Amino acid sequence: MGLLVAISIFSFILISNSPVDPVQSYIGAEISRISPEQRTNIEEYWGLHRSKPEQYFLWSKAVFQGNLGESLIYRKPVTDIIWERFSASILLMGIAWVLSGVFGLILGILAGMNEGSILDRIIKSYSFILASTPAFWFGLLVLMVFAAWLNWFPVGLAAPAGSLRGEVSLADTFKHLFLPVLTLSIGGVASIALHTREKMIEVLSSEFIRFARAKGLSGMRLFWRHGLRNISLPAISLHFASFGELFGGAVLTEQVFSYPGLGQAVVRAGLGGDIPLLLGITLFSVVFIFVGNFMADLLYVVIDPRMKTKQAHD
Amino acid sequence: MTEIGTKYLPLKRSENWNRRKRALMTSVIAIILLMVLVVSGFFIGTDGLAVNFDASNSAPSLTHPFGTDWLGRDMFVRTVKGLTLSFWVGLLAAFISALIALLLSLLLVLNKTLDSLVTGLIDLFLGLPHMVTLILISFMLGGGLKGVIIALALTHWPRLARLLRAEIMQIKNTEYITVSRNMGKSWFWIARHHILPHLIPQLIIGFILTFPHAILHEASITFLGFGLSSEQPAIGVILSESMGYLSSGMWWLALFPGLMLLLMVAVFDSLGRNLRNILDPFKGQKG
Repeated sequence: MGLLVAISIFSFILISNSPVDPVQSYIGAEISRISPEQRTNIEEYWGLHRSKPEQYFLWSKAVFQGNLGESLIYRKPVTDIIWERFSASILLMGIAWVLSGVFGLILGILAGMNEGSILDRIIKSYSFILASTPAFWFGLLVLMVFAAWLNWFPVGLAAPAGSLRGEVSLADTFKHLFLPVLTLSIGGVASIALHTREKMIEVLSSEFIRFARAKGLSGMRLFWRHGLRNISLPAISLHFASFGELFGGAVLTEQVFSYPGLGQAVVRAGLGGDIPLLLGITLFSVVFIFVGNFMADLLYVVIDPRMKTKQAHD
Repeated sequence: MTEIGTKYLPLKRSENWNRRKRALMTSVIAIILLMVLVVSGFFIGTDGLAVNFDASNSAPSLTHPFGTDWLGRDMFVRTVKGLTLSFWVGLLAAFISALIALLLSLLLVLNKTLDSLVTGLIDLFLGLPHMVTLILISFMLGGGLKGVIIALALTHWPRLARLLRAEIMQIKNTEYITVSRNMGKSWFWIARHHILPHLIPQLIIGFILTFPHAILHEASITFLGFGLSSEQPAIGVILSESMGYLSSGMWWLALFPGLMLLLMVAVFDSLGRNLRNILDPFKGQKG
C-alpha cells in the first residue's frame, strides 16, 4: 500500500512535469480557435491553476473513490477502458504466460537432466539467443512469414475487421490470438528454461540425489520423486515474479499486432498526451505486478510448508 | 586497474588457459569485429542515405547488401548508422546507470536513513513494469535523444544496486572493517579504500550486462514511438517503418536490421557472462 502511494506520487510528479500541455491535447488541432479566456476557464475547471500538491491530493482522493477520471482520447471513463482492455490483454498474457512456463520448465528439465549433451547445448544456445531477441522484431518476422507470406493467420487485431462484439466466433478469436501469443511466450521461455536448467544441475549434484541413486533409483522415478519438487519451487516463484516483463512484452506485442489490449492503450495514451489514462494504467500495472509477487509468496508456502516460519522473500 | 587486468586476464598462453578463457576470447574478438562496424558507422558518408527513387524497394543485391527502402536509401548504411547510435546511447545509459547504482549502494555504508530511502527507491522502480517506467520518463522529457538516454539511465540501476548492496552488506560485517573503524577511520574513508575495490569486478560485469539491456530497451521504446524521432537513423525507427510494408513482401526491411541488433545484444551479453565466469567463478556458475 505504501508502495502504491509512493509510485502514484512518483508517476504524478513525472507526468505533471511533462511538456505536454493537457489543454492542448484535450482540444487537439483546434487549439488556435480558442480564446485565452476560454482557456483559463478550462484550466480553472480542471484545477490546473492550483498548486501541484493540491492537484495530487484532489486526484488521489478521486482515485480512492474509484474514479480515475476520463480518458482524453477515447472520451470514456478510464476505469471502463482499463477493464475492457484488460479483459482482452489477460487472454493474451495468460495463455502466453502458461505456455512459456510449461515449455520453459520442460526445456530446462531436459537440458538439466542431460547436462553437457548436444540437446543441452542446443537448448542453452537457443535460450541465450532468445533472451537477446527484441520481442517486437520477432513479432514482425512472424507476421511476415505466417500472415503476409503464408496467409495462415490474420495480420492483426483481435477480431475480423468490421465485425461486432458477440459475433466473433471462438475459432476467429483463436486465430487472432495465435501469433501474438507465440511472440509473447517465446521470449518468456528463455529465462525460465535457463533458470530451471541451472537449478536442475544443482539439485542433481546434491547429496540426497546421490543417495537416491545409491538406492538404485534412476531415470523418471528419480526425477518425479526428488527432482521436480525441488526445481518447481524456484521456477514457479520466478515465473510469478516475471509479471513485469510480461506486461512490458505485451506492450510491444500488442503494438506490433495492433491487438486492442492494455499495452496498446498505454502507448496511445503516452503518444497522445492522455494523462488520466496514462496514470490509470500505470497504477493498474503496479497492482498487476504486486498481485504476481504476492501470489508467488503465497504459493511458496503452499508448496513448501517450511517457508511458513521463514520470510518468503529476501 | 592494470593490476586486476594482468591478474585475471593473462594474455599470454599459460597453464590456466582453459575453456572459460577461450570463450571470453571469442567474445572479445566478436566485440572487436562489431566495434569496427560501429566505428565505421561514423565514417560512412551519408551518400547511402540520399533519396534515390530509381533504386527504391530493391531486394538485397551486391550493391545494396541489405536492400533499399521505399525512398531508395541503402538499408545497410541505415542499419550501421542505427547500430552506431544504439551503441552510444546504450553505452552512455549503462554507464550512468552503473554510476547511479554504485553511488546509491555506497550510501549503505554512510548512513542508515539514507539507505532505507534507497531500498524504497529500488522497490519503487522494481514495482513498476520496466516498459511503463520508460514510457513515463520519456513522456515527461518529451522524447528525443536526451529523453531516451535519461529514461534508460534512470531505469536500469535497481538490479545492479541490489547486487552491490548485498555485496557491501557482506563486506561490512568482516573483521577488517571493524578494525579499520576502531582505528578511527571514517566511513567515507572505509568506503573508498576497503569497499570500493571489492565492488569493481561486480560493477564492471554489471555495467557490461546492463549494456545489452539498454540497447534492447532503446530499440523497443523507439519502436513504440517515444524515443528517437523518425529522422534519426535508429533500429527502432527502421523497424517501425517496416511495419507499414509487411504485406508487400519486402522482407529485407525488417529482417536484417533486427538481426544486426540481435547480434550486437547477444555478443555483449555473452561477453558479460564470460567475464563473470572468470572474475567471479562462484557466482558465474550459479547464474
